[in-house]
Amino acid sequence: MTVYFLCVVLLTMGLYCLVAKKNIVKKVIGLVIMDYAVNLYLIIIGYKKGGVAPVVERGMNSAMLERFVDPLPQALVLTSIVIGLGVLALMVAMCIRIYERHGTFDMSQISKLRG
Amino acid sequence: MENIAPQLYTLLVFMVVGSIIAIETKNLLSAVISVSAVGFALSIAFLFLGAPDIAITQLVVEVLVLIILIRGTILLDNTAIEKGRDTLAMVASLIFFGMILGFGALIFGSTGFPAFGEPLMRVSKVYVQTGLPATYAANIVASIILDFRAYDTLGEATVLFASILGALAILRRTGKAGEEVVSA
Repeated sequence: MTVYFLCVVLLTMGLYCLVAKKNIVKKVIGLVIMDYAVNLYLIIIGYKKGGVAPVVERGMNSAMLERFVDPLPQALVLTSIVIGLGVLALMVAMCIRIYERHGTFDMSQISKLRG
Repeated sequence: MENIAPQLYTLLVFMVVGSIIAIETKNLLSAVISVSAVGFALSIAFLFLGAPDIAITQLVVEVLVLIILIRGTILLDNTAIEKGRDTLAMVASLIFFGMILGFGALIFGSTGFPAFGEPLMRVSKVYVQTGLPATYAANIVASIILDFRAYDTLGEATVLFASILGALAILRRTGKAGEEVVSA
């Protein structure tokens, strides 16, 4: 249970960075940390005690197949990681454009974003 | 590897400390390097958890994340954060997130959530048993993402394509409509 709790701590730290920081690159970093936490959490849910990687080798019987860790979260996280990269590229592109337009990364100094 | 708990705890504590440094440091470049160290520790944690495919992908993606984030920060001259932090907002959000943590611990601790090391595998049992005979792929993860759940992979490739297209459209120097107006 402590492993899950540490994952939630990591997620909460990312959420705090996303909400409370004023620098937009810091917000992006917070989102990346949340991404890591969710991916790690899903993989940890699928871990089996004493488990091995789900790769079938020559001469394995069905009792050895029972020792595999859960492959389904791994398959979903695999694409989730790559999507995280794409979203990060989009966010950094926006950050670069905002910096060129306003000359700062600070949210409170960008007057055009004020409501 | 029978008991991986000590290695996993070490890596998780390292990740938490690295995240604290990345969040609280005053220099953007240090923050980027720290979050990248967290990502590499995550890759090692995936290796211990029996997920070599994920570990390799995370390693490659982490290098690209480092390159993209450094491109976003280092070429710009104003990378240090000089303003002091807002104490009221920090205290309020810390209390709020502490409450989230508390309620999360209550929920995960009381309900029938599977314990660490004992996954349900209600769906995955079928994949593991029929993966090799049905798809002829020795790697069960590959047989899931490319055969059993190929439509999911197609949708996620669409999301990836859309996000890269958005990044290219934002970073493009000249718009097409502007050129036509100039030439006409």
